[in-house]
Amino acid sequence: MLNPNLKLNPKIFNPDVEEVNIRKGFGEGLVSAGEIDKNVVALCADLTESTQMIFFKEKFPERFVEIGVAEQNLATVASGMAAMGKIPFISSYAMFSPGRNWEQIRTTIAYNDRSVKIVGSHGGISVGVDGGTHQALEDISIMRVMPNMDIVSPCDAIEARKATIALAKTKKPAYIRLLREKTPIITTEETPFAIGKAEIYWLPEVGLAQVGIIATGGLIYRALLVAKELESEGIKTKVMNLSTIKPIDEDALIALAKETKAIVTVEEHQIAGGMGSAVAEVLAQNFPVPIEFIGVQDKFGQSGSPAELLAHYHMDVIDIKNAVRKVVTRK
Amino acid sequence: MLLTEEKIKELEIKANDIRQSIIEMLLEAGSGHTAGPLGMADVFTLFYFHILKHDPKNPAWAERDRLVLSNGHICPVLYATMAHAGYFPLEELKTLRKFGTRLQGHPHREYLPYVETSSGPLGLGLSQAVGMALADRIDGKDKDRFIYCFMSDGEHDEGNSWEGIMLAGKNKLRNLIAVVDRNNIQIDGFTENIMPLEPLADKWRAFNWHVIEVGGHDFRVLNEAVEEAQAVYEKPTVVISHNIPGKGVHEFERDYRWHGYDPNAKTAKEDYAKALKELRTLGGKIKSEHE
Repeated sequence: MLNPNLKLNPKIFNPDVEEVNIRKGFGEGLVSAGEIDKNVVALCADLTESTQMIFFKEKFPERFVEIGVAEQNLATVASGMAAMGKIPFISSYAMFSPGRNWEQIRTTIAYNDRSVKIVGSHGGISVGVDGGTHQALEDISIMRVMPNMDIVSPCDAIEARKATIALAKTKKPAYIRLLREKTPIITTEETPFAIGKAEIYWLPEVGLAQVGIIATGGLIYRALLVAKELESEGIKTKVMNLSTIKPIDEDALIALAKETKAIVTVEEHQIAGGMGSAVAEVLAQNFPVPIEFIGVQDKFGQSGSPAELLAHYHMDVIDIKNAVRKVVTRK
Repeated sequence: MLLTEEKIKELEIKANDIRQSIIEMLLEAGSGHTAGPLGMADVFTLFYFHILKHDPKNPAWAERDRLVLSNGHICPVLYATMAHAGYFPLEELKTLRKFGTRLQGHPHREYLPYVETSSGPLGLGLSQAVGMALADRIDGKDKDRFIYCFMSDGEHDEGNSWEGIMLAGKNKLRNLIAVVDRNNIQIDGFTENIMPLEPLADKWRAFNWHVIEVGGHDFRVLNEAVEEAQAVYEKPTVVISHNIPGKGVHEFERDYRWHGYDPNAKTAKEDYAKALKELRTLGGKIKSEHE
């Protein structure tokens, strides 16, 4: 059942569940962050509408900087603004920021320990029709290896808004990963969110879970569908929303592994180095259990609808379900 | 700010002392860059002892000018100048590049909080200075202080440099002054052979900057150039400072191989005393002749 303590969207399993772009939640959250703190500034690389920074630009034109199609400059200029006390949010497609400007982020933001928030919209395969050049499938890996860098990958628009407001209050560099297409609303205003805190969104009505499914980003919706279907088949699961990938909630991961002794990770990202790898690092050292990884298997994407691509690259409901069945046999 | 004859003499002696410290610290470290630091010693001396609004006893003073060193590999001159200015003890210069030192091989702002940014990877400093200048404009502080960026000629090979130049021109950042160390060398050879930069001044002009070209070893013209830059209202200004790499030690001057060599590389330790005696930076004189 949905965790009754978290006040999740009660209509989540309705066929007509409301769908909103995760990036839109960021756009709204940035305006709120700007209202809370006048030091919040926004910089964009010629994608102001696409990344939803446009709301901030319209509300605070004097605090918005248009950089042009120059992502390396986007990162370095933001670092300079942060040096003067600003809290810059920089946005582009994830493929270009942090894709193109990784070293600039490393040297001038992470190594310098500047409070710059890197906003990668259009993460994952669900970018869809734009094709493989624009589908960021490596961004979590490349940001995860960077000291000082926090990483948040919200599961829906509401969580994206909360995460944006929360990140504006930290003094640290951070990466927030957004999706392009509309995804189901999973949480509500009342659902708790804190950076670094994983939450169990689904749990058995009675007894212990046999498998822990750990998801990040929009795919948690599919993980919940799987959990519900498996419940009717008599397989008890827990579904964790691991929206903060770094710093990772070690205690929650270890507790889940101890209870279930079998884990499935689910992300719209290369399996190599992504969220699943982060989970494996923690569990291998603390409480080793079998893990199945749902994600892109060392391939580039291509054009197609999100549904077609998630099916083709084995990140769909059936794939998650099969992974759960398989991991049970490996216990 | 007026530069008197007396002040010039004082700066010349200071620059000579700084060059001496650079050679000493590189010898002690056993590695590091030689030519760039010696070539920029006069520029650093003028800024730290005459131009900059700063307080070495209160380095975190919020109202200070900001000086971003983009080409972090010339940090021996930055460290030596800061030590001579009183930021930290001269004795600490001997720790350059050693384990546990605050004087990292390339500057790190958390190890040595008196530097504005960590630097080393090329082409990143100007854009950070642009960000600082933009932040000051947003806060209405752009008339209270200047953001300076020291950068090398070689790092114009980096696309990021031009992205920063373009954005500063677009935003007419009058509070931003760049100083280019035009010493014509980079690691693999002379800049015009590796990747021609000329016509460098015209390129900056085309990006809507005010351009001043000076000889970097004459305090008077250098000072006048910075005063002009401070007076220009409608554009950011770049001072292209024509410097002699390795300035002060005849053997090091104008030889691109000394970009990355430390004094140990060719000169035996016993020759080091000779190099110091030959330091000719006081209007072409050595220190004993000057005194």
